[in-house]
Amino acid sequence: MTKLLSPAKSNVLFLGNEAIARGALEAGVSVATGYPGTPSSEVIESLAPVARERNLYVEWSVNEKVALEVAAAASFAGLRSMAVMKQNGVNVASDFLLHLTASGTRGGLVLVSCEDPGALSSVNEGESRYFARMLEMPLLEPADFQEAKDLTKWAFELSETIGNVVMLRSVTRMSHASGNVVCGKLPVKTRKAHFEYDGPVMDSSRGPMISTPVVAKHLLHQQKLKIVEALFEKSPFNCYTGPAKPELLIITSSACFLYAEEAVEMLGLQKRVGILKLGTTWPLPQKLLEKHLRKTKKILIVEEVMSFLEENVKVLASGMASRIGVKTFFGKYDATLPAAGELNPDIVAEALGSILKVKRRALPAKYLRDVQKATALIPAREQTFCAGCPHRASFWNIHNAIALDGREGFVCGDIGCYSMAALSPATGYHTMPTLHSMGSGTGLASGFAKLAQFGLTQPILTVCGDSTFYHAVIPALINAQHNRADITFIVLDNAGTAMTGFQPHPGLAVSAMKEAVPAVDIAAICKAVGAKVAISDPFDLEATNKILTNFLADKGSLKVLILRQACALSPEKKGKKTFDVKVNEALCLGDACGCNRLCTRIFRCPALTWDRNKKKAVVDEVICAGCGVCASICPQKAISKMEVTR
Amino acid sequence: MKKRIPSETKNVILTGVGGQGNVMASRVLAGMLVDAGYIVTIGETFGMSQRGGSVMSHLRISPEWVRSPQIPRGGADVIIALEPLEALRVLTVYGNPRIHVLANSRPVYPIGVITGELSYPSNEAITEAFDRLSAAFWMIDATSVGLQLGNPVLSNIVMIGALAKTGLLPFDRRMFEKEIKKTLRADKCAINLKAFDEGADLIK
Repeated sequence: MTKLLSPAKSNVLFLGNEAIARGALEAGVSVATGYPGTPSSEVIESLAPVARERNLYVEWSVNEKVALEVAAAASFAGLRSMAVMKQNGVNVASDFLLHLTASGTRGGLVLVSCEDPGALSSVNEGESRYFARMLEMPLLEPADFQEAKDLTKWAFELSETIGNVVMLRSVTRMSHASGNVVCGKLPVKTRKAHFEYDGPVMDSSRGPMISTPVVAKHLLHQQKLKIVEALFEKSPFNCYTGPAKPELLIITSSACFLYAEEAVEMLGLQKRVGILKLGTTWPLPQKLLEKHLRKTKKILIVEEVMSFLEENVKVLASGMASRIGVKTFFGKYDATLPAAGELNPDIVAEALGSILKVKRRALPAKYLRDVQKATALIPAREQTFCAGCPHRASFWNIHNAIALDGREGFVCGDIGCYSMAALSPATGYHTMPTLHSMGSGTGLASGFAKLAQFGLTQPILTVCGDSTFYHAVIPALINAQHNRADITFIVLDNAGTAMTGFQPHPGLAVSAMKEAVPAVDIAAICKAVGAKVAISDPFDLEATNKILTNFLADKGSLKVLILRQACALSPEKKGKKTFDVKVNEALCLGDACGCNRLCTRIFRCPALTWDRNKKKAVVDEVICAGCGVCASICPQKAISKMEVTR
Repeated sequence: MKKRIPSETKNVILTGVGGQGNVMASRVLAGMLVDAGYIVTIGETFGMSQRGGSVMSHLRISPEWVRSPQIPRGGADVIIALEPLEALRVLTVYGNPRIHVLANSRPVYPIGVITGELSYPSNEAITEAFDRLSAAFWMIDATSVGLQLGNPVLSNIVMIGALAKTGLLPFDRRMFEKEIKKTLRADKCAINLKAFDEGADLIK
């Protein structure tokens, strides 16, 4: 039995995302969809294996908008459903979401957004709480693991109560942290799907699911939000801990509650500071806030990333000013807390200390001096492509083709592990100077390619991963063809959504629920669009370089190169070396070679290191994945690869 | 076994380089302690952050309550490091005079060191820093044990075995065996138990 289906009352260590999944199961969810993205992926990943046992339909959708649409269909047919995504996924889904909040829903529908303050595994720290306000949607934020489960379960009930979608927001430190959760009961599901659509237009429980008549439905939607606010006033997910009359009131939500609690304890301020933890952050419960704002004059708002809570509390406090008096607010507006990045207990303790003039007990001065000395010894550890990563070989090929071409060509980047080529330029051999959202590389390339009439002469390349291709690239690719954009578009096809843990995508013949499905062929799509299409193995440097060089010289058309090689960490490859790779010390000339340490200084594979004593390259057998690419780059042929026989 | 429930939260940091089995080790450790009745909070990040980069799991082991998934600076009690430089990196941020450090001695060189732009501290410099910055430390060659057992990634279990022997955390071999049996096949269990035992033997 999987941990996710533990019996009621068992106390289990759950990842925050598993707690969310368990909460959905306890609510009797029937349909769960999502698009992989850190830190959200484990919600769908943990539901997929129990799909059969719990009679669920679980899918990895092509993108977040479609994920929400698929989940909404289930809701319209009366079932409970959820769509799960990372913060920027909500942007992708937002067009449908705007119309969904206007049409309303039927079966409980929960949108789970797992966000990444500090961009620990993102190229943005955008947050979606503002969508809750903008689209007038209830917002729930769990502050620990038990709440992640309990709030998720309640979110479905709330959604059904008001007939509209509810957003649950988690953050990396909740989704990817683990803690104890006491399980509740898993229900027996009895609902049958049926879509009724012939009722009155204003009755979203029986009529057509549309957003018109817009103004009348908008008013109805806003009335629902008033019901939500009344429920939030009494919610057990909002609670106060601290003295009756604190000197300072902290208002907080999400993982920030745990930071605030810890900071208060670190400074020994339990008798001076109170914490109002809000699990329901939009719409804010006004009466509850009034009751707590009366307690003191000084308020500190602790939240990530933007000042969403701070702004909304201030608006309400200004309306109550005649009753509660004037307050002094501390938070992001007055720079008590940093305006960007994630928080932690230290940052909150520092803020508390500065407001209440309390100092944290410091470590001994001698210890701090020793820390300083030791810190000076520590070299940074830059992220890089793994040993055996096909992207290293792909960018090596791209770099060499661009250099050979000589017209200062460049690559428009996209989202995936290959983003590292932009984040750490030397990793991508300084070829990829742009990086935005999924699919944007191809859109930007399409635009750059049309600048020839204004004098731009550089060849334009772009890359995307296989999963990204389906997610958002296809429209941009069609745009490029339709507008005759001369671009070389390279698909870095590593056979799965590798960065987030090898979730299947439409190019594979297997679904999230491990069922056989038709694979949608990237090459066939590109051919149908009208592009010239070639396929190569990036580990074959000679063949790949030839194609790329020809493509760059072939002016005036859309060219697609699909570079196929599975990720080194993929389940079928991990731990299995294709080649036994060694440096022949007799052949390696070291510093005297004249290659200027091409293998270690430029190629940058973590497994190909430099022996400082011998002054020669050496392969670290523990790290080497056995791809054998380095054997092709050594001008001395000093690196040998021997096929591993199994 | 007599339960040694500490009255205060124990703060443990497991660190290493992406791919060394850090997350698995933290899960195994946490699983044992949850079974022993503790409230355990693990804070970690995974995803792109682990591609060749430093990784860290924060384990908070409390007899009564959920803690922040991030340990405050200077607030760790134990560091378990699968890579010596990462032990030092964590020690300089989360260390204090009472901390204990258990580190694998095998370096994984950062790219900047491989390219020659940065230098990796000598073994002597690292042990000297451990000596100054901790109450006690152990440096063991867990990777070599893993290699002898047929897979270097077993070094994470070697470290867990060594940790058991130090007595810093309330778990033993019996609890470890029970924990891995939940998820691993019998043959995998055997090799993991062997790694655990060899790790314990490295602590004198």
